[in-house]
Amino acid sequence: MTSTLTPVRKRSALTKGQLPKYAPYVVLGVALVLGAAILALIGFNAFGWGVVSAILFAAGLVGWSAAVEGSRKAKDKLATCLVVGAFLVALLPLISVIWTVMVNGIPGLLNPGFLGTSMNGVTGVFDNRAAEGTGPVVGGIYHALVGTLQITLLATVISVPVGLLTAIYLVEYGNDRPLARAITFFVDVMTGIPSIVAGLFAAAFFFAVVGPGTKTGAVAAVALSVLMIPVVVRSSEEMLKIVPNELREAAYALGVRKWRTILKVVIPTAISGIASGVTLAIARVIGETAPILVTAGFATSINNNVFGGWMASLPTFIYTQILNPTSPSNPDPSSQRAWGAALVLIILVMLLNLGARLIARVFAPKAGR
Amino acid sequence: MTTTSLTSSQGAGRAGDKVFSGAALAAGCLILAVLFGVALFLVIQAIPAFTAPAADIQGGEGFFAYIWPIVIGTLIAAIIALAIATPVSIGVALFISHFAPRGLASGLGYVIDLLAAIPSVVYGAWGAAFLAPQISPAYGWLAANMGWLPIFQGPASATGKTILTAGIVLSVMVIPIITSLSREIFLQTPKLHEEAALALGATRWEMIKMSVLSFARPGIISAVMLGLGRALGETMAVALVLSSGALTASLIQSGNQTIAAEIALNFPEASGLKVSTLIAAGLVLFVITLAVNMIARWIISRHKEFSGAN
Repeated sequence: MTSTLTPVRKRSALTKGQLPKYAPYVVLGVALVLGAAILALIGFNAFGWGVVSAILFAAGLVGWSAAVEGSRKAKDKLATCLVVGAFLVALLPLISVIWTVMVNGIPGLLNPGFLGTSMNGVTGVFDNRAAEGTGPVVGGIYHALVGTLQITLLATVISVPVGLLTAIYLVEYGNDRPLARAITFFVDVMTGIPSIVAGLFAAAFFFAVVGPGTKTGAVAAVALSVLMIPVVVRSSEEMLKIVPNELREAAYALGVRKWRTILKVVIPTAISGIASGVTLAIARVIGETAPILVTAGFATSINNNVFGGWMASLPTFIYTQILNPTSPSNPDPSSQRAWGAALVLIILVMLLNLGARLIARVFAPKAGR
Repeated sequence: MTTTSLTSSQGAGRAGDKVFSGAALAAGCLILAVLFGVALFLVIQAIPAFTAPAADIQGGEGFFAYIWPIVIGTLIAAIIALAIATPVSIGVALFISHFAPRGLASGLGYVIDLLAAIPSVVYGAWGAAFLAPQISPAYGWLAANMGWLPIFQGPASATGKTILTAGIVLSVMVIPIITSLSREIFLQTPKLHEEAALALGATRWEMIKMSVLSFARPGIISAVMLGLGRALGETMAVALVLSSGALTASLIQSGNQTIAAEIALNFPEASGLKVSTLIAAGLVLFVITLAVNMIARWIISRHKEFSGAN
């Protein structure tokens, strides 16, 4: 520093050998300017600017730190830069996905009748006309919406009792018995079953029991239950475990039976956590594509019967509209519908996630007294 | 309350106890039965594929000639995904647990969890419509400058719909899983270890290296294995992103295929022996992911202190 010229600003011995507080901001400014200059030479784009500036920033800060503070502090700075960089890198796809879905999905969503009509009778002729600009983009996702809601509802109706009772067994009756440990282990293993294998299982089960080629909404619901049960068990188990033992003992001391204690004391205490866990489980399975693809087929018309006939769902609708456009020569209307459906699906999932958080917060038992 | 009502309610209570504990036990056993049933029904429906004459299976050379290229393809995609996701996830987890300001940490964790909430088909659509065209110039560069490596052998795919793109999309889907598991483990590091390291004059990075990472190593390994299980079984990202084909070493040409995508693309139109072949492929996938998950769970259960990581 300029200590010989201005002795007043001489740095204290305690802060000697440290970078000044403003160092990162200086380096950031220099890196941004240099980055812009380099990008201007090879053709400017915002993404490249960010990447080049980030690299320059890390190199500059670490280099300066190595010169002033020594290698240990420099390594620390490098690690900090890498960790923050990793977080920013992880954010990129999230922002990009949401942006892409918004930009592409809103035009599809704004089509009149998009939420209220099905794809019944919508053929390539209409799409060709829409692509030429002589007609509107027709067709919608009503049938897929109905299918998704029905299949998910049936899956929930199957999964919640089974999952909740299993969690009750594990926490209240299991006592770390071999069976309880086996169930815990296999529930964990079940969490890792690939979704398509769950779909194949349901398909294989119904093929063997009902008859080859059975594809209905109920088969899909069974497939989703296989994915959903372990999630419900895990979250309910965690919630039941944190119910204080004093509550149970107080109930027993009053002469209340175990099952009534569980129903009237334990579950009401844990209900907010259980409900939010179930909501998260629904959010997880509502977007599953593969199991529905192999179990429910794809329909273009409205099917209100879960137990008979092929059924559409939002994820499979997106999948088929992208992979097999209604009009192979003009895929644009199809992809517009697909992005619109993707937007609806993401909104549904986000609402469920938000709902889970709200339930956990609003219905949480009052802490303290 | 009279004596009679007391005794009668007791009688009902005893029966209720039996029914309730019985129902709970039955539900637990049902789960074991379902897992067993998954294996059983897959085997039953897959048997024709194993016993059929080799010429009848797709490709005409028997089931194993059909399955091994897509097993390799599945492994390639999963390995690419993990190679990208592991360092990023550990970095993100460290950022949330040890670098971010306390007040922000839980909010940032929620943002990363949003990544897990986005449905896989949306990732697939994003990968095919946005990422693949954006990334294909990079493939051209790789083919021109690093083409001497077999994995970057040209000519690069013009559409960008390659196994490398699929692997990148898979890595995005795996990041939240590895992140949330590692984060839990990092937070469980004994505070005294961390403070002791800092008190001895360690910088933050030295503290993390010495206390956090050495404590969390088995947990990180099992988190990565669980991520591997997800990457192996993920269907839609690959089915929509990859333009599949025969097994090739080059990651930047179209080609290769994974088991899950093969099933999703062919099952809806399949019939007869083809259904059995695909179900047998699903069985192979099931066995692979089951093995990976069981090893991961075994590592977790061996270190009981990580049980909160589930």
